[in-house]
Amino acid sequence: MSFILIAEQILNGLQFGIMLFLMAAGLTLIFGVMGLINLAHGSLYMVGAFAAAAVAGATGSFLLALISALIAAAAAGALIEILVIRRLYNKDHLDQVLATFALILIFSEGTRWVFGSFPLFLDIPEYLSGPVSLPGGIEYPLYRLVLIVVGLAIASGLGFLITKTRIGIQIRAGENDREMIAALGVDISKLYTIIFALGAALAGLAGALVGTIQSVEVGMGEPVLILAFVVIVIGGIGSIKGALVGGILVGLTDTLGGVFLPRFFALFLDNSAATSVGSSLASMAIYILMGAVLIWRPTGLFGARA
Amino acid sequence: MIKERYLNISILALFVLIPAYALFVDEPFTITLMTRAAIFALAALGLNIALGYGGLVSFGHAVFFGLGGYAMGILAYHAQNYTPFMEWPFVIDGTKSMPIIWLVAVVISALAAFLIGVLSLRTSGVYFIMITLAFGQMFYFFSISWSEYGGEDGLSIYVRNGFPGLNTLDPIQFYAICFIILSAGLFFVHRLARSPFGLALNAARQTPQRVVTVGLDPTRIKLIAFVISGAITGLAGALFADLNRFVSPSMFSWQLSGEIMIFIIIGGVGRLFGPVIGALVFVGLEHFLGGLSEFWHIYLGLLLLSIVLFGKGGIIGILSGREVKHG
Repeated sequence: MSFILIAEQILNGLQFGIMLFLMAAGLTLIFGVMGLINLAHGSLYMVGAFAAAAVAGATGSFLLALISALIAAAAAGALIEILVIRRLYNKDHLDQVLATFALILIFSEGTRWVFGSFPLFLDIPEYLSGPVSLPGGIEYPLYRLVLIVVGLAIASGLGFLITKTRIGIQIRAGENDREMIAALGVDISKLYTIIFALGAALAGLAGALVGTIQSVEVGMGEPVLILAFVVIVIGGIGSIKGALVGGILVGLTDTLGGVFLPRFFALFLDNSAATSVGSSLASMAIYILMGAVLIWRPTGLFGARA
Repeated sequence: MIKERYLNISILALFVLIPAYALFVDEPFTITLMTRAAIFALAALGLNIALGYGGLVSFGHAVFFGLGGYAMGILAYHAQNYTPFMEWPFVIDGTKSMPIIWLVAVVISALAAFLIGVLSLRTSGVYFIMITLAFGQMFYFFSISWSEYGGEDGLSIYVRNGFPGLNTLDPIQFYAICFIILSAGLFFVHRLARSPFGLALNAARQTPQRVVTVGLDPTRIKLIAFVISGAITGLAGALFADLNRFVSPSMFSWQLSGEIMIFIIIGGVGRLFGPVIGALVFVGLEHFLGGLSEFWHIYLGLLLLSIVLFGKGGIIGILSGREVKHG
C-alpha cells in the first residue's frame, strides 16, 4: 500500500467528485429555487455528451465539441422548461417525478433513434493527453488534472455568480420566498428558464468532459443522476457549497471505498470472501453515507434547518 | 360519469373474461400476459397503500419486489440443488412449495419495510423519496455483488414451484392462483381503507398536525402502512419470480420502482382499482406498442406526460370523477 497509490486514488476521487458537483449544482439550483425534482437532468448530461461526440467527430476540435455541448444542453434545457417543466411548478412532487421520468424515456429513445444503439467515441485531444509529474513521484493523467481544475474554476465562478451578481441575488431570494420576488417585480418565468438552462449547461459540460474517459452511450446519465441526487441530499438542497462538499465526499467515499475496502477485509478474511464483501460494501458505501447524514441532519449538511 | 363501483366490477370482469377467452381460443401467451398484469397489479396495489392512501412517495418499492423474488429464488435454488440453505445453528432446507415461499417472502419484505420505514420516516418530502431510492440502490448493488446467487447474471429456477393440488406449469392454473391472490389483496385493501386504521392513515396524509391533536401518532400509522405495503409488494415479487422462473438484480432497479409508480398514476392514485387498470394498460401497451415500433418508449413517455399534465386522476379519475381529492 504505497503513498503513490493513495495519492492517485485521492485525486481520482476528487475528480469524480467534482464532476458530480457539476451535475449536482444544476440540480440543487433547480430544486432550491423552483422546488422542482428534475429526473431528466441525467438526460441533459447525455445530450451534452452526444453533442460533443458528434461535433468532435465532424470537426476534430475538442474545444468546439465542449462549446457545442454547452449550447446543445442549454438549448435542450430551455426547450423542455418552456414546453413541460413550466406546467409542473405548482404540482406536487409525485407529478414532477413522473413527468420528468417520462422525459427520460423520450430523451433516451430519441437519442437511440438518432444515433443508434452503439456507443460513440470521444477522444481526449492530443494536447491534453499524457501524464504529468507531480511532487512525490506521482504520475497522474493531465486530462484528469485539467478536469479537477476546470471543475474548481466553475465552482468559484458559480459562487461568484450567486453571491456577487444581480441574478445571484434573485436566485437566493427565490430560494427563500418564491412568491415574494414575483411580487417585487422580478420576471419569474424568465428567471426560471435561465436557471434551468444554466443547470442544463453544467450537466451537458459534465457529460462532455466525462464522455472522454467513459463511453458515450444512451442511458449514461441515469447512474450519474442518482449519485447527483445523493450529493444534493447530503449537501443540502439549494446549497452550492453543499453540492461541492457533498460531491467531493461522495467521490472520495466511492473511489477510496472501492479500492481500500476489499484490502481492509483481506486482513482478516480469505481473499475471495474479502473481495466480495469488500466490493459489495463499497458499492453500498455512498448510500450508507447518505443514510447516516440524513439520520444525523435530516436536511443535509448545509441545508435549511427544518 | 360511471360510478366507481361499476367501473371496478368491469375491470375485475376483464381479468376473468380475457384469460377465459384466451383459454377458449388456445392462446397461452395471452394468459401469460394477463398473469404478468395481475402480478404487477398486486405490486402496485401494495405501493398504493403507502403512496395513495399514505402519501408516502416511495421510490424504492422495488426493494420489496426484489426481496420477495429472491426469497423465492434462494429457497427454490437450494431445493433444486438438494443443499440446505443454512446449517448452523439449525438446518434450513430449501423448499419448492409455494405457500411456504409466499410466507417467507411476506415476512422478509415486512421486516425490511419495518427497518427501512423506521429510518426513512424520520424525513419527509423529497428527502423521503431520496432515501427510499437510496435503499433501493443499496439492495440492487448488494444483489449484484452476491455472486453465490448468480450476481448480475441472476438465478434460474428450472421448474416452477408447486402448489398442493395444482399443476402450476399450466398457464391458466398459475393465472388462477395469481388472480385469486390479487382479489384477496383487493378485498383486504378495500376493508383496510374503510377501517379506523385506514381513516387515520388518510388523515395522516392530509394533515398530520390534526392527527396529533386527536391523540394518534401519524408516524406510527405511516410506518404500519409502509410495512403492509412492503409485504404485499414482496408477495408480488415472489409470484413474479415464479412466473419467469428467473430472479435477477434488475428486480431491485429504480426503473422498476418508477414503473410500479407509473401503473398507479395511469390508473388513478388512491383509488382501489387504480393500480389494477394501470398495470393492465401498461402491459397491454408494452405488448402492442412494442410490436409497432422499436422505440415505443417514446410513445409511453408522451402518454405519461399527457396524463400528468392534462389527465386528472388517471383513468379512474377521468371516468369516475374526482370522488377522492388528492391535492
